[in-house]
Amino acid sequence: MKKFNLAVIASLLVLTVSPMMYSLNANAADKETVNTVATLRDHTPINVQKEPNAIPQVINKDIKQGRNYPMQPPVIPHTTRSYEVNKNNNKCMSCHSRHRTEKSQAPMVSVTHYMDRDGNFLADVSPRRYFCNQCHVTQLDAEPLVENTFTDMHSLMKKKAVTSEKH
Amino acid sequence: MTINRREFIKANAIAAAAAVAGVSVPAVASNLITSSDITKLKWDKAPCRFCGTGCSVNVGVMDGKVVATHGDIKSPVNKGLNCVKGYFLSKIMYGKDRLTTPLLRMTDGKYDKEGEFTPISWDQAFNVMAEKAKDALKKDGPEALGMFGSGQWTVQEGYAAVKLMKAGFRTNNIDPNARHCMASAVGGFMRTFGIDEPMGCYDDLEAADAFVLWGSNMAEMHPILWTRLTDRRLSAPHVKVAVLSTFEHRSFDLADNGMIFTPQTDLAILNFIANYIIKTDRVNKDFVSKHTNFRLGETDIGYGLRPEHPLEQAAKNNGKTAGSSTPIDFDEYAKFVSTYTVEYVAKLSGVPEHKLEALAELYADPKIKVTSFWTMGFNQHTRGVWANNLVYNIHLLTGKISTPGNSPFSLTGQPSACGTAREVGTFSHRLPADMVVKNPKHRAIAEKIWDLPEGTVPPKPGYHAALQNRMLKDGKLNFYWVQCNNNMQAAANINEEGYPGYRNPKNFIVVSDPYPTVTAQAADLILPTAMWVEKEGVYGNAERRTQSWYQMVEAPTGAKSDLWQLVEFSKRFKVEDVWPEELIAKKPEVRGKTLFDVLYKDSSVGKFSLDEVPEDRLNDDARDFGFYIQKGLFEEYATFGRGHAHDLAPYDRYHKERGLRWPVVNGKETKWRFKEGSDPYVKPGSGWDFYGKKDGRAIIFALPYEPAAESPDEEYDLWLSTGRVLEHWHSGSMTQRVPELYKAMPDALVYMHPDDAKKRGMRRGDLVKLISRRGEVQTRVETRGRNKPPIGLVFMPWFDASRLVNKVTLDATDPLSKQTDFKKCAIKIVKV
Repeated sequence: MKKFNLAVIASLLVLTVSPMMYSLNANAADKETVNTVATLRDHTPINVQKEPNAIPQVINKDIKQGRNYPMQPPVIPHTTRSYEVNKNNNKCMSCHSRHRTEKSQAPMVSVTHYMDRDGNFLADVSPRRYFCNQCHVTQLDAEPLVENTFTDMHSLMKKKAVTSEKH
Repeated sequence: MTINRREFIKANAIAAAAAVAGVSVPAVASNLITSSDITKLKWDKAPCRFCGTGCSVNVGVMDGKVVATHGDIKSPVNKGLNCVKGYFLSKIMYGKDRLTTPLLRMTDGKYDKEGEFTPISWDQAFNVMAEKAKDALKKDGPEALGMFGSGQWTVQEGYAAVKLMKAGFRTNNIDPNARHCMASAVGGFMRTFGIDEPMGCYDDLEAADAFVLWGSNMAEMHPILWTRLTDRRLSAPHVKVAVLSTFEHRSFDLADNGMIFTPQTDLAILNFIANYIIKTDRVNKDFVSKHTNFRLGETDIGYGLRPEHPLEQAAKNNGKTAGSSTPIDFDEYAKFVSTYTVEYVAKLSGVPEHKLEALAELYADPKIKVTSFWTMGFNQHTRGVWANNLVYNIHLLTGKISTPGNSPFSLTGQPSACGTAREVGTFSHRLPADMVVKNPKHRAIAEKIWDLPEGTVPPKPGYHAALQNRMLKDGKLNFYWVQCNNNMQAAANINEEGYPGYRNPKNFIVVSDPYPTVTAQAADLILPTAMWVEKEGVYGNAERRTQSWYQMVEAPTGAKSDLWQLVEFSKRFKVEDVWPEELIAKKPEVRGKTLFDVLYKDSSVGKFSLDEVPEDRLNDDARDFGFYIQKGLFEEYATFGRGHAHDLAPYDRYHKERGLRWPVVNGKETKWRFKEGSDPYVKPGSGWDFYGKKDGRAIIFALPYEPAAESPDEEYDLWLSTGRVLEHWHSGSMTQRVPELYKAMPDALVYMHPDDAKKRGMRRGDLVKLISRRGEVQTRVETRGRNKPPIGLVFMPWFDASRLVNKVTLDATDPLSKQTDFKKCAIKIVKV
């Protein structure tokens, strides 16, 4: 349980920090890009090769990451190295399936995963959701090359809530 | 969640206390905002911006920003699902480095090819563009002008571009990046069936008993089709999946029969299957005698390299006759394929005999409904058209075609490769609805629909993608406009062709893009571009499904759609600037008018008023031009195909539907073409009718195995294959700017067999150099990733702008389709 509490606190901190980081200087892009038009190459000329950085590690802290919006598939907060997911076996389900979560304390796959193409609930996870790695990805410990100024709907709602209180 | 921990706890405490006390709290202090005025999102449908699957997504907008996206449950394509890229569509428009002003290379306030990128106004940008285009026209004529477009253009953008280039500037030097992607598929369709695009549809996925993947890693590249295939395989246990590739990848996770073959030997495997069907007496004789012809194709056709290349010097038939063929009969065909025995092909391909036979049996067994899927493994192939022809052979020999589950299915890579590149005909040799510029009747049809004088459209095919880069380098193509793609990163052999071409002082290069890409970096003028739901448009997916969307948000101030850019630029040219006097004399009323007047406003494109744009919709392009330009372009374009087996529904209907599969006849879409009962164009009583050919018969081609352009030798001892990954779309210009996708797959590594690494003294993570005869690139070694190459082959994806693998690749193309083979060249790898 100790680990769980720690995880909650740490995840709150992560949530607090990360969106702010992405929204800093949202409108400052123009000036910066004028003479540096190759963001993803770190402004290296095309005929020059910058030394590739080391392969980053998979983030393996078991701390849930926030979602950008409710429908976003959660990213995987642990390594999945050597996890077998093939037609005979699905290692992910050994923790995340409904009847394993009590033991594993892992989040249960969402109820949508039990629905077939026509929206009917099946007794177990639908085979159309079988390959978890089509939507759920691990995160490597790599610093994004470019900030993203995506706005969380919650921050927009909060603004509006403040405005409507004032009226 | 953007509130911090302290706010979080405080809000909780207040809300809890208030609840106990039975009093209400202000919404702002509550931890749950419930007022519907505030929580309401405006949802609308749009096709996904990425691959050719054509999923529909619901896009949620709040206060002028896209704040959420999810899979559209009403779409028959994806029924509520998205892949990981699709789920992150909401963030692709919000990379901080969005371009918002035109940037021109300047020194001391003047254009200078070697100058620094400097912000200028749109007016200045169009001035310098028009000046450069007019200079090139005056000096060397229309052939000095060129454009490289995209299978990610909207249908309307592609159509506007074709009209501007082929009728306005009178040059056929326009080609889409789809040339890299499915030109071989087009070649295969035209050669076998005389009409482009798949006969089947995605409904085949729920009907087939067996699937064969030929050079298609669907699990990563068409993930939503893969979910449907997986659903079918796992819910119906009798279903079998065969996967063929030159290296093991994620699609092998579901394979009942996974096969790794030596590059290029797929041609031999296909001929073996035909031979097996004949030898085991399982030819569908009734079908073959009624619906097919046999032909022997020309061989030794070269590799689409520069004419002085030794391989072209050695090739016997690499000229205009490369695509020719002569009629043969069934017996001659049977004799032709008889040398492709299981023993010979097993030895050549490295695939064990029993696996080859199990594969052939899926096709031969008349009780098994089989669907073949292929993508870049077949198409990016110096014999790509042949590979397409050969897979049709085995479906035609068995009559397993155009019925539910029996389907040779060419998948496209891009969201509108079918819609914009193929159907609109943005290729250097094409016109809309499968017509070609060299056919005088086709040109006449185009000129009639465009209400332009006879002789406007030039008959000579223009420069295709690979040739454009060569002509830039040679200084023959001097004004060049790139829209909606990143070809400096995407095209092969950029060291020897693309980069020197763009930087050739004789040339002026314009690049339109939302972001500063590698191609933008190589440009002289960069135009900031609106994308996806910042504009209205139409895409056409791999199953002939045409889908439209409305503009949902404003583009960042300063960014304009590709359509606006093309059409606005046309205002800078008077007809006299671009047409010779004798052409103007045939239609004197165009004198003094601009290309904008003649091609757009005063043509049928301009006939729909702004009143037809729904009032509650944005539509910056239409409001700016003063008419409903997207509808006008679509409707004019649709006249090419209506009544000619390419029928599209009226434009407005697409806004109400989750897409419709053409031909749409009497309001009804067509699922399976060429089959009586499901395709209204089939002659009654015929059963099947391959009406693209005059006699209604498809062609079975006798074509051999021929080796690759470049194979490993003692010095360059490894095969290199390039390709994509699940998490990134193409060159990564959108998805690398989404932090979650970036962090899921930040770098392009070289995937190697552990023994190959060990032999070279390398370990996972080592810094290495991939070296070919053309250039080198550095990256890190991956020996235990998702791709598991066999000994002797390595795989490196091309999404990574910081590690340009196309410095190494070879620009050999299929001589028939002109599509580059990105899957085969010879390299060596050394430690840095």
